[in-house]
Amino acid sequence: MNGIHDMGGMDGFGPVMREEHEPVFHSRWEARLFGLLAACRRTGNADEFRHAIERIPAPRHLNSSYYERWLDALQILLIEKGMLSRDELLARGADPPIPAQAPMRLKPMPPRRARARFRPGDPIVARNLNPAGHTRLPRYVRGKRGVVRRDWGIYAFPDTNAHGGGERPQHVYSVAFKARELWGASAASRDWVYIDLWEDYLQAAAPRSSASARRRRIAAVNRRASKR
Amino acid sequence: MSANHTRAPTGAALRVKALEALLEDKGMVDPAAIDRIIDLYENKIGPRNGARVVAKAWTDAAFRKRLLADATAAVAELGYGGPEGGHLVAVENTARVHNLVVCTLCSCYPWPVLGLPPMWYKSFAYRSRAVRDPRGLLKEFGLEIPERVEVRVWDSSAEQRYMVIPRRPAGTAAMSEQELAALVTRDSMIGTAVIAPPSHKAFARS
Repeated sequence: MNGIHDMGGMDGFGPVMREEHEPVFHSRWEARLFGLLAACRRTGNADEFRHAIERIPAPRHLNSSYYERWLDALQILLIEKGMLSRDELLARGADPPIPAQAPMRLKPMPPRRARARFRPGDPIVARNLNPAGHTRLPRYVRGKRGVVRRDWGIYAFPDTNAHGGGERPQHVYSVAFKARELWGASAASRDWVYIDLWEDYLQAAAPRSSASARRRRIAAVNRRASKR
Repeated sequence: MSANHTRAPTGAALRVKALEALLEDKGMVDPAAIDRIIDLYENKIGPRNGARVVAKAWTDAAFRKRLLADATAAVAELGYGGPEGGHLVAVENTARVHNLVVCTLCSCYPWPVLGLPPMWYKSFAYRSRAVRDPRGLLKEFGLEIPERVEVRVWDSSAEQRYMVIPRRPAGTAAMSEQELAALVTRDSMIGTAVIAPPSHKAFARS
């Protein structure tokens, strides 16, 4: 989903504020919540958890602290999976649950072929996908040209795995994008962004023709035109 | 500090208490297991682990090679591993490349070697700006990257978790691995700092 969590390249969040001698947790409830999530393994996979955070309504998402978002996500999943009821929570004096966007359910998808479609050095274009559900393809790379740098091997596909659609295992690649391809001429010419992308996010791109190849093509066209 | 980072609303503590009590009643969670996990991340797992890895990479060429080839296996030699550490990748700063790690979509971070991330790493400001204006961001951290050096930003969007191997500072040839590890800061392993020679103590803070 094109949610508020997909922040790469946005403006408006101000300077990065740092804290000297920051504690691991800022209050005991953060520590208890962290431990609770780590110890209670029955709330689903990491993709479901991330997507639960994404489904928190955007204004609430922006106005919550990091662990408040974790708390919302845990509560959303526990209720959706029928492990806790709203009434049980209310009876304990907790706030009413969050009106999160309902989860999308997918039918199990066929597995992908395991053979890698791309190899290091291959030019690619990140597909312009805008799925309604969970995805790990951020907006800032969609439609942009990049180069495959490494093949990390086979991993579960978040876009199906977050929605009961199965793992649809496929190759994940380290893909490099020139900063100028992503952000235009204001970016430094030497800089790159490397991001890990699943095969379903990528399509093959023709190698970008060099200036000399373009000149040769134009010269050939001109020659043909002059012969006519 | 921006409002969305440290504000602890009165409701959250109560809600966590309610959740923990309910899950405990249902036998879904063991409070002692929660205590153990908190202790692990407050006292045992943290950037000192990563600093040991870096110092070893600086002093042991064969280890450095193994670390760059397969960081998960290499750090396991030092006893490090666990959640968020199944697919570790070490990226090395050189005279020509400066690496910077971010997770624009959430807060992915190499827990076994760096511990849990600081607030600023999870902040909207850092996540939004690191991929688009890394040089401007680094300036705010007091770090000016020369134009001739490539800034390489790693957006941790999949299972890979990145740590930066900072450059070894000058004037440390005589130092032991342990002394070197003491110089290595958390931020230098994220890429928002470099390590100054040991005489410049002001830069060596975490």
